[in-house]
Amino acid sequence: MAVLKVKFTKTKRDKLAQVLWILNWISVVTGAVLFILGLFLKVEINKRVELMAERDIQYVPNMLIAVGLIACAINFLGGKICYDCVDTTKFLRWKLIMLPYIVCTFFFTFCVLVGALMCYSMRGELEESLTLGLTQAMRFYKDTDIPGRCFLKRTVDLLQIQFQCCGNSGYKDWFQIQWISNRYLDMSQQQVVDRLRSNVEGKYLMDGVPFSCCNINSPRPCIQQQVTNNSAHFHYEHQTEELNLWMKGCRQALLEYYTNIMQSIGLTVLITWLFELSVLTGVRYLQTSLENVLRQGDPDSESDGWLLENSFMETARINLNIIKSLGKNNHIHTAKNGDPNIDIPSTSKAHYGPDNVPPKTIKEAS
Amino acid sequence: MVLLKMKFNQQRRVRLAQGLWLLSWLAVMCGAFIFCLGVYLKTELLRRDEVMENTEIHVVPNILMMVGLASIGTNWVATRVCQDSLDASRFPRWKVLLLAWFVVAALLCCLLLAVVVLSYVLQGRLEESLKVGLRNGIRFYKDTDVPGRCFQKETIDRLQMEFRCCGNNNFKDWFEVQWVSGRFLDYTAQEVKDRIRSNVDGRYLLDGVPFSCCNPASPRPCLQYHLTDNRAHFNYDYLSEDLNLYSRGCRQALTDYYMGLMNSTGPGVLSVILIQISVMLSLRYLQTAVEGAMALEDPEGDSEGYILEKGVKETFEEVKVKVLTMMKLAQVDPEGVPVDAEAEKAADTTAEKAASPTPAS
Repeated sequence: MAVLKVKFTKTKRDKLAQVLWILNWISVVTGAVLFILGLFLKVEINKRVELMAERDIQYVPNMLIAVGLIACAINFLGGKICYDCVDTTKFLRWKLIMLPYIVCTFFFTFCVLVGALMCYSMRGELEESLTLGLTQAMRFYKDTDIPGRCFLKRTVDLLQIQFQCCGNSGYKDWFQIQWISNRYLDMSQQQVVDRLRSNVEGKYLMDGVPFSCCNINSPRPCIQQQVTNNSAHFHYEHQTEELNLWMKGCRQALLEYYTNIMQSIGLTVLITWLFELSVLTGVRYLQTSLENVLRQGDPDSESDGWLLENSFMETARINLNIIKSLGKNNHIHTAKNGDPNIDIPSTSKAHYGPDNVPPKTIKEAS
Repeated sequence: MVLLKMKFNQQRRVRLAQGLWLLSWLAVMCGAFIFCLGVYLKTELLRRDEVMENTEIHVVPNILMMVGLASIGTNWVATRVCQDSLDASRFPRWKVLLLAWFVVAALLCCLLLAVVVLSYVLQGRLEESLKVGLRNGIRFYKDTDVPGRCFQKETIDRLQMEFRCCGNNNFKDWFEVQWVSGRFLDYTAQEVKDRIRSNVDGRYLLDGVPFSCCNPASPRPCLQYHLTDNRAHFNYDYLSEDLNLYSRGCRQALTDYYMGLMNSTGPGVLSVILIQISVMLSLRYLQTAVEGAMALEDPEGDSEGYILEKGVKETFEEVKVKVLTMMKLAQVDPEGVPVDAEAEKAADTTAEKAASPTPAS
């Protein structure tokens, strides 16, 4: 009993082939779109690679790029096949390839689905990577004279200005690291020496933030130094002051930014997956209906198309048996003493006729 | 003596019509491109409207938008003429319109040329406008509580950060204005009182700049206050420090930006002028060739195409005479009605005589 059997007349078959041809070309375009989205994500991640610690997040854009390219190729082939399927004689060319093609495409759609799900699962790894990366970047903020780190100050400043954020989780992160290099500290001043002595590691810590944390929406000129000292500034209360500095942490800002990008990409990939699946279903119906037409012999007759010839359970059973028998043919029989060279009477079902029959003389064809 | 005569057989006429049809559609695209260019330039100017005092520079994008739209319409008419040109029954209705078309097309080319010239000439006016606008912006920086000026601070801060500039000519402009509002000054502090007393207007002036002047590329954390005092900061020399703040003035930065925009559109506009001129010339050839062919007994035979029927000087004289007679018609004769009627009759006959060579010219 076939799964989802549908009757196809000749015109219906032709129309199905034409529609599938167009849909396959649309799928080529969506494959190209996937490729471009993968490239875009790769570029966006590489733009801020200095702020991300070493983590495996490059696999998501790489997967999208690969899936996009393969989708283009598969659907291009599918388009050619469907174009030829209108004519039954041309279908014979593709007959042997079509079933493997459908099976491959079916497994490929799983890859597309995995790609979509990876977009949503990347968030956790990204958050970890950003936390570590931002901590490192802030720690090396002052090292503008060490090769390899001399542009971190600029990167962090531009990040805070562009994403309107300050510090890792908030502006107070800047109070815990020394962000002013010793080159610019006057060690002869008592105040500096006091600060350096006030903590175990001898760091110059202060309750101040860099200028890039300043909020441009603030009505008053930016207060960067002595942020927690209410008496240092006129008419200032740091607990209620929200407009002076950016309140959001950069980790959260970057995470939101990347999550938005990946959610939209994930949605696009899911829609592409559904589209591919529907195109594949159409191709399967086309293949089965054309094969049935060939079996019946009359190219203009009606034929049935189905997804599976027997029900799911039977098809699964048949395929398992095929796989088992493949395994048996490879398996050497070790019944008598384990020596495979001993002559054992043939137990195969094939009858090659009786033995010792003299060969017939073949009559010449006139 | 005909100007630039060319022979056209039927096949060449057909080819010319087809080629001109394609060229006219290309010219329509160019017109759309010019319109979009005008819109883009206008939006860029409007974005920084708050730091510009007058809108004189807006004449450039306005003309571009107008010319773009007119060019789309004009060249679309040219495509219709091309389509009808090989059909003897439909072509004559375009005869009257074609003279007006040539005038309009020539006018569009002149306007485009004027735009290119204007964009260079108006640079001085743009700088003046920016100078006054930025001066006001800097002066009202502190007035975040005055309605109408409360966003000046944000505008100036954003501008300085985006264009990487500081002040009007340079950062010292901030030393001459009070950019810290009185609301945030502790008038009981001695330092504040000293500063206010130190100048005639009683303003709180300091040798400091807002944070938006800070250069992120500087190796040291930004120094905003006590800029001229070398002793206030460790290892600091005010005269040789050039990475701490942005060294460019915002007027210079904005002028460079807008001049760059307009210069980069220059080659595009010039090529559009060339395309329009080639459409005009080709249409003139097509018109004369087709009219010549229609006048022959055999409409499929050879005909001549030219730009002007007579030489340049003669055509110019003819046009002058026509314009003068039209002016005479418009002029009221003070000697009374019968003389008017005589003058009108004479003018009519000359107008008729002048009208007869009109279809060919």
